[in-house]
Formats: sequence, structure tokens, C-alpha cells
Amino acid sequence: MKSQNTNNQQPPVIELEDVCFSFNQAPVLVDVNLTVKRGDFVAIIGPNGGGKTTLVKIILGLLKPQKGTVRLLGGAPQKTSKRAGYMPQYATGEKDFPIRVIDTVLLGLMGVTGCGPFFNRQEIVKAEKALELVGMEGLKGQRVGDLSGGQLQRTLLARALVSEPEILFLDEPMANIDVGGQVKLFDLLGKLNEKMTIVFVTHDVGLLSRYVKSVVCVNQNVFFHPGAELTPEMATMMMGEECPMELIAHGMPHRVLGRHGEGKGHKPMRDGGKR
Amino acid sequence: MIEALHFPFIQNAILAGVLAAVACGIIGSLVVVNRSVFMAGGIAHAAYGGVGIAFFFALPPLPCIIAFSLFIAMIMAALTVKRRGRMDTIIGVLWAVGMATGIILIDLTPGYNVDLMSFLFGSILAVSSSDVHIMAGLVVVIVSVVTCFYKELLSVSYDREFSQVRGVPVVPLHFLVLALVAIAVVMTIRLVGLILVMALFTIAPYLVERYVSSLVRMMIWASLLNIFFVLFGLWLSWRFDLTSGATIILTAAVFFVVFELLSWVVRSTKIGSVRR
Repeated sequence: MKSQNTNNQQPPVIELEDVCFSFNQAPVLVDVNLTVKRGDFVAIIGPNGGGKTTLVKIILGLLKPQKGTVRLLGGAPQKTSKRAGYMPQYATGEKDFPIRVIDTVLLGLMGVTGCGPFFNRQEIVKAEKALELVGMEGLKGQRVGDLSGGQLQRTLLARALVSEPEILFLDEPMANIDVGGQVKLFDLLGKLNEKMTIVFVTHDVGLLSRYVKSVVCVNQNVFFHPGAELTPEMATMMMGEECPMELIAHGMPHRVLGRHGEGKGHKPMRDGGKR
Repeated sequence: MIEALHFPFIQNAILAGVLAAVACGIIGSLVVVNRSVFMAGGIAHAAYGGVGIAFFFALPPLPCIIAFSLFIAMIMAALTVKRRGRMDTIIGVLWAVGMATGIILIDLTPGYNVDLMSFLFGSILAVSSSDVHIMAGLVVVIVSVVTCFYKELLSVSYDREFSQVRGVPVVPLHFLVLALVAIAVVMTIRLVGLILVMALFTIAPYLVERYVSSLVRMMIWASLLNIFFVLFGLWLSWRFDLTSGATIILTAAVFFVVFELLSWVVRSTKIGSVRR
């Protein structure tokens, strides 16, 4: 079996055991067990409202599950989350907030910066480097409220990266970015993946790139699929019949899967679906 | 006007007004970017309960109002820390109950009763020099706390969830912000009234918010603008023999409307010239 997952010996960075989470009595996630190893590049997919963002927030310790245990980087997420980078879902609000691009990125150093009202010279250099990485160095003095959606997202990515995290979480990083920008962003993430584990959320399954090593399907239940392969059966099981996934691209060459109804006779091109 | 500056009560009024303007410029900026104006209003109004308690039990007013306002602020902080459900409703309840408590207790207090109007609009011309000293002390407290925790306050104001991931103590900071609001409210309320507190909290910070590039600049410009409102309003109230607090507020309001109109005109002519 040729697997893209060569990191089975790596220590786990995310461990969820029997995690249940409900919001106002409505179950969002049920009996979640999930292990992600260091160095993985994980895509979390699932329908809108399926619990993808909730799952990420539980892993980061932002939400407390009613049941089960969560470990991030070997400890309780409340203690370890500052070793992770987090790029939240793009929000339209806060347009008026008086803050510049560089200051936003500097806030990514909270938790490791010292006391006092200002960031020091080294920290500012770090923030500038993070902005260079995402191609935003020219806009560092711009007010965040004047940025386009894509620019704001790159700023928030720089904020997530500035602390040189061991694991990077991105919630819908490809929203508001055109296809060319998406390819560039994946190339950047692929490069970053040499140093850090990457976990990203997407509702658009067309966005599984060749860099993705594993797929996590979330729709109340959570399934981990080592390997970036996705079968129509899996899709139907996870998404139900109204699933929008009919086309799944895995870098080159792109593949087109059959419609859900035809899925039974479909033979996956690689081994991923046989599990 | 110059000869009026020789009167100690005018000097005290000016000093008290400037101190209140600075405190409200700093804390108001925090309140506006945190979108907790309604919470600040709740604390300011509920503080009247402290006035009632002080009079009914014949306690020293200032410590009593400070304690009561901090108490209300901490209740609000505890109730709003999770940002869930009908927080605005609960703030409204505390707002009303605090004021009603104050009024009933003052009704029940025999003898001399403080005027509700002086609580609402204050009596800046009755400020004593010891009041000015207390206010100066509280401004020092506010400025040093905000300076010490500036990065943290900016972080939680801009993105609370991200701050939490970064290990910033968001819950203690939430309590801290509301405690600062309570202090700013108390120091200004007896002197310039709670209506003026709300005006100084909101108008100047809102005006400058879109034109500055950082929270600290917002605080500085809002404070300067507040000082201008207070001094100009005081001069008008002295010149035309009007209630000082209300005159200051209307000064700010007129400035606000004129400014908004001007910026609207500038913006629409810019759009027009681009089209051409």
C-alpha cells in the first residue's frame, strides 16, 4: 500500500477521546475519537453546520466538551494552545476597529511577549517577516478596516504564523480568495508543513490539494481517513444525498467522481477508499 | 471670562472637567471598541443605587457609590463573560433595578433629600478641591492600569477568541475593563452627572474611531476632544447661565452633527470627482 502518510511513528499532536458536545441540548458532535500525528496535513470537511468549526474550537480549548478528554500537543489545550497557530473564520465585522496590519500580526505574539505596553524591536521584525511570508509586507501600515477580504485573511494568517507554532489551525482559509490565490496559499501551506502540522477546515471539497495527507469528515460524527482519498460512498455517508461533492481534485491529475447514485460501482483510483 | 478664572470654584470646575474628560476619553474608547456601551450605561445608572444606600444608611457617599458600582460591574461581568443568551436584557434589568433601589431608599430617608437632577446632570460648579484631588488620583489609577495592560486590553478587544488561544487571561481582563468603567463612572458622576458620563464615553471615541490607526491614538484624541467639549461647554454655560452638564453634552452633540455632515459632504464630493 502506497500511503502518503509516512508519519505513523510520529507522536500524536491531537488526541480526542469520546468527546461529546451539544449546544443548548442539540448535539453537535457525538462520541468523537480522533488522533492526529505530528507532521500531518489534515483537511476537515463536512457540510455547513456539521460541527467543523466546533471541532477546531474544542481542540483549541475555546469550547469545553460536556464529555470526553481533549489533548493538544500532549497536554490540556488551555495550557498548550499558545504553541498552536489559529486563523479564525473570516468575519465581516470590526471594520471600524482602529488597528494597523502590523499591530494585528503582533497580537499573534501575545502569551510569549513580556509585560509593558509596547512590543520590542525583535518582535516587530518577526511580525514583518510573517507579513513577508504571506506577501503583505507592503501593506503593514494600512488600517485593517481598509483591507480587502483576501488581504485581511492573509493578515490573520501572518498573525497565526508569527509565533512559529508547532501546529497551525485554519478555519475556511480559502474563502474570499480566488483560485490563483488558493493555489499560492496551498503552496505556502505545503512549505510550512515541512515544519508544522497543519489542520484546515473547508466546506468546499473541491479544495483538497496534493499537499493534503489526511481527511477528517465531520457531520456530528467524526471519521479520520489517513490518505487524501475520498470515495463517493464516504461522501454519501457523511453528507447525505444533498451532498455538494461531486468533483474532487487531488492536485494533478484531477479526478472526477461519479454521481452519488452511481457510486456503488465506482472503483477508487487509489487505495484510500478501501478502508 | 478671564476674571472668572480667579474664582476657586471655576478653577476646580475646569480641573474636574479636564480630569473627567481624560478618564472618559480613555475608558470610553475601550467601551466603544468592545461594544459595551450598553453595559457602561447600565453601570452608570445602577450607581444611583449606591447613592440611595449611602443616604439611607448615612454612610460616606463616595466610598459607598464606588463599592456599589464595582459590585454591579462585577455582577455584569460575571453574567456577560460567556457572551451567551439575552445579556442585553439582563443589563437592562440591573440598570432599572439599581436606579429604582436608589430612588426608593432616598424616598425612605428622612430629612434632606438629594436631588435626582444633580445625579443625572451633576453640579460641576460645586466641586471642591478635595474632590479634584480624589479625581486626579483615580485618573492616575486608570492611566497606569491601561498603560500596564495595554497590549492585553487591545488583544481581547480586537479578538477575544484568538487572545484566549494565545493564553491571554480573557476572563480577568473582562472583569478589569468593567471595573475601570465603574471607577470612571463614579469619579465623574457626582461632579458632572451620569448623562454627561455617557456623552463623554461615546461621542468623542465614536468620532475619532474611524480616523485613527491605533487604540492608544483613539484614547488620546478622544480625551483631547472631550477636553474641548468640556471647556467650551463650561464657557457657554457660564456665558449664558445654563446648566453646565447639559451644555457640555449639547456642545458635543452639535460638534458631532456638524462633523458627520462635513465628512459626508467630503465623501460624496470625492465619489463625485472619481465618477467625473
